[in-house]
This record gives sequence, structure tokens and C-alpha cells, in this order.
Amino acid sequence: MAFLLKRRTVVPGFGLSLGLTVLYTCLVVLIPLAGLFVKSWALPWAEIGEILSAPRVVASFKLTFLTSLIAASLNLVFGLLVAWVLVRYRFPGKSLLDALVDLPFALPTAVAGITLTTLYARNGWIGQYLEPYGIKAAYSQLGIVIALTFIGLPFVVRTVQPVLEDLDPESEDAAYSLGAGRLQVFTKVVLPLLWPALLTGFALSFARALGEYGSVVFIAGNMPMKTEVVSLLIVTRLEEYDYAGATTIAAAMLLMSFVVLLIVNLLQWWSRRWQAA
Amino acid sequence: MNGIGTNTALVKSQPLVRTHESKWAKWGLTLLAFGFLGLFLLLPLAAIFSEGLKKGWSAYWTALKEPEAISAIKLTLLVAAIAVPANLVFGIVASWAIAKFEFRGKQILITLIDLPFSVSPVISGLIFVLIFGLQGYLGPWLREHDIKIIFAVPGIVLATVFITFPFIARELIPLMESQGRDEEEAALSLGANGWQTFFLVTLPNIKWGLLYGVILCNARAMGEFGAVSVVSGHIRGMTNTLPLHVEILYNEYQFVAAFAVASLLALLALATLALKKILEWKVRSESEARP
Repeated sequence: MAFLLKRRTVVPGFGLSLGLTVLYTCLVVLIPLAGLFVKSWALPWAEIGEILSAPRVVASFKLTFLTSLIAASLNLVFGLLVAWVLVRYRFPGKSLLDALVDLPFALPTAVAGITLTTLYARNGWIGQYLEPYGIKAAYSQLGIVIALTFIGLPFVVRTVQPVLEDLDPESEDAAYSLGAGRLQVFTKVVLPLLWPALLTGFALSFARALGEYGSVVFIAGNMPMKTEVVSLLIVTRLEEYDYAGATTIAAAMLLMSFVVLLIVNLLQWWSRRWQAA
Repeated sequence: MNGIGTNTALVKSQPLVRTHESKWAKWGLTLLAFGFLGLFLLLPLAAIFSEGLKKGWSAYWTALKEPEAISAIKLTLLVAAIAVPANLVFGIVASWAIAKFEFRGKQILITLIDLPFSVSPVISGLIFVLIFGLQGYLGPWLREHDIKIIFAVPGIVLATVFITFPFIARELIPLMESQGRDEEEAALSLGANGWQTFFLVTLPNIKWGLLYGVILCNARAMGEFGAVSVVSGHIRGMTNTLPLHVEILYNEYQFVAAFAVASLLALLALATLALKKILEWKVRSESEARP
């Protein structure tokens, strides 16, 4: 492996550590994922097209994209608000609240799923107040948005928080001393510096929502064509022993997540350059 | 749990609080943030415990003492006891290779390590069904030799290892990169061998970051639902982990029992958050003490 080294060093163990890393990564990640693509590639193109253009599949992709987009947008706005309040203001219970922001990462998704369903069901703590207005939260598309907002909540907060902390207050002071209003300073000075972090958080939250399963299955109601997300459709196909269907939908889904991941990486590269400049 | 948020948390500095907003704007924004977090975090958290204790402590304990609940707890502990050490060793080895050496293809390797973060849990289970299931690549061979992986414990372990694969490596790589290799080179030039250098120089430097990664990895290993659900086959008392047991109870309308078991997982989540906060604080005070 030494030929891969760009610079010699006295630190030992390069061959051993890199060899083990590559071996383990191949066994656990690369080969299983490659298996999925090989399996779906074995199908004729016509069949792949047929599987992916079935109305039920198209409807579930549309639903997944739309609800993920709405949830990520909600997280964009409220994530910025929460990050702002946590960084800029002092109030009692702040560090407790700061620690709790990561709850959706730490709480198993199945627990989140049954809890949100119970809260938003017709007789639930929140659902009972929505019922008189004819709003059906659980077992509807709104329920999916609620679950996806919950699981994506920490992303924007955690990407924006460190950038906001490092923000040089002098540029804001300068803008104020030159007579700019609060809103003007926020939109013209602060916001432009936060955009890369905001977009990264948005994309991460969106990517997480696309593949989410545990929290969604309980609250969605899972009606084909109406409230059936893609990850649930994959499971349904698998339970029907329709391996070709499950594999093809999964491969399409995976390709989309990789595109989102690529965008996230470009955004982070852009944000590093942005901060360096 | 994605690495993005957690990496930065380890090297955070105390914020500078200086604002120009009026008092009412501050109060309004704070209240709005509280409202959002209250609705999405505090209320669900309260609901878990309230629903679990709806019929009193005795019903709560009965749900936890059920033989099926006990076997779910045992299986969850077993799976974590395999997946976390496996990814711990991998995390250390991978971060040693990536942080201490400059080599071609490093970026590709890092991207590959990050990959499981962006794969849907359902797909993480599916890929192992495609390899080891009856219709899978190795299915016929496994059946001939009477080895069961899918709908059995090995499948659950494999899916969990895949899902939690990046956690520890993702914490250690930036930490070890920021520490460089000066201290290791000094130890080596003074005559220490490679293992001595690792155990006496590197490991003490990364111990808190390592623990941080282990805690996050463990929380995910014990709480994973989607991937495990696909490979488990839901055999009661046999291949049910705690999250799967919660699902079964809930689908059988045993709501109190479901939330009682769920509250165990919620306590695990809260303990994880508390330990995480303590470690962040510890790392910060240590890095400030260093010159």
C-alpha cells in the first residue's frame, strides 16, 4: 500500500490500518450496496420503466418529495429561529433546551412514530383541538409532514449554530453605526453569511426525510395513492415477495439520495470557501 | 444522528452575546422558539411517560416484566454488544489511517464511510435480504448448509452494523486530524514502538471523542427500527428488539404496554443526550486548559 502514500512519515501502521479499513468498508458497505444495483440492473430496461411508472409508485414518489420538501422548509425557518435564540439570547433553561434539540436524533423512530400519532389522533392532546376545525392530522398527509419535521428538526439548528457563534459582531456593529435598521442588518449582513449553512441543514433534513420510515408508518395511515411513502412501498413490495419491484424502487430512491448527498458536499465545499473569503 | 452536527459541537467556543434588537423582539422570538420546541420536543417527551403510566405503576412494571419484553431487552443488548465494539475497532483503525497519513484516494474512502448516513433504513435492511435471503445471492447455499441469517439474529446484527457504521469513525477523524501527528512522531523518535505510541499517546488524546462516538453509536444500535424490521421477520420472543416489540404492542392496541416499553427507549435517549452534553463540556474545558 506504500505506493499510495503522498508523504513519508515515521508513524507506523499505514498498510495495516488502511488495509483493514478498506476491507471492512467493502464487506459492510460497498458489496451489499453494489448487490442492490447489480440486482436491479439485471432487469430489462422496459421492466424497470414499467415498475417505476406505475401510478402507485409515481404517487408515492410525489408524496415523499412534497412532504419532505415542506418539512425541510419548516425546519429551515424554525431551525434558524431556534439557532438564533440559542446563540444570541440568555434565558433560564437554555443549556437544557440546547441539549434537547438533539432528541430526534437520539429517540428511536418507532417511539417518535407512536408518540406523535397518539398526540395528533382525534382524541389526542393536540388532535382534540384540531378536530373541531375539521383538521385531520394523524392518518393524513399532514401527519407525514409533522413526523418528518420532528425527525429533521436538529439539522438546520446544528449547522447554523456554529456559524452564528463565529460571526464577527463588528460587521453588524458597523452596519448599525452607519444607520441601518434591524431588519436591514439581518437581511443584508447576517443572512448572506448564513446561507451556506442554512442550505446544508435544509438539504440534510430533506435527505433524511426522503428515506424516513419508522416515524412515518404509524402516523401516515398508509393508504396507497394517498399516504403511502416510498420506504413503506418498498417494504410492502418485499412482503409480497416482489423482489424485482422492491429492488428497482429502492435503487431509484438510493440514486436520488446520492444526488442530494452530492449537493450537500458541494454546499459544504462552497461554505468553507465562503468562510475563508 | 448525523455527524455534521456533532463534529462541530466538540470544538465549539463560548458564544458572545451582544444584540441590537429591542426587548419585545427578543421576547417574541424566544417565545416563538420555545413554542416550536415545546410542541415538537417537550410535548412528545411528556406524552411517552404519561401514556406509559396511564394505568399506574403496576401496569407499567407488568409490561416491562413480560417474558417477551425481557427477551426483547436481551436481544437489543446483545445486538449493541456486537455492533458497537465492531464499529469501535473499525472507527479507530479508519481514523488512524485517514488522520495520520496523506494518501491517494482518501476523499473517496471518507465518502464511502459516510455512505450509510444517506441510505434509507429500509434499504439498509433490503440489501442484506438481497444477499442472504432465500431469493438472494447466497440464499441457496445458506439453505443447503442450514444457516439462517435473514429472519434471525445474525441479520439483525448485520443491519445494525451497517446503520451504525460511520458513527465512531466520523467523530474520530476530525478530532485526530486536528491533533496532527507531532506527539506520535516525538514518542516514536524517543524509542517507543507503534503500539506503545498508540496506547500511551494517541488513545489518551482521543478518549473523550471516542466515548462520544460510542454513546451515539450505541443509541442508534439500540433504537434502530426500519432496517431491523426488514430483516427480523418479527418472530416474538426470538427476533424482536425493543423498537420492534413497541411496534407489535402498539399494533395490538396494547397502548399502555407499548408506551411503557417505549419509555425505556426514551430514557436511553435522554441518558444519551445528558452524557453527550457532559462530554462536550469536558472536551471544551480540556481544550481550553491546553496551551
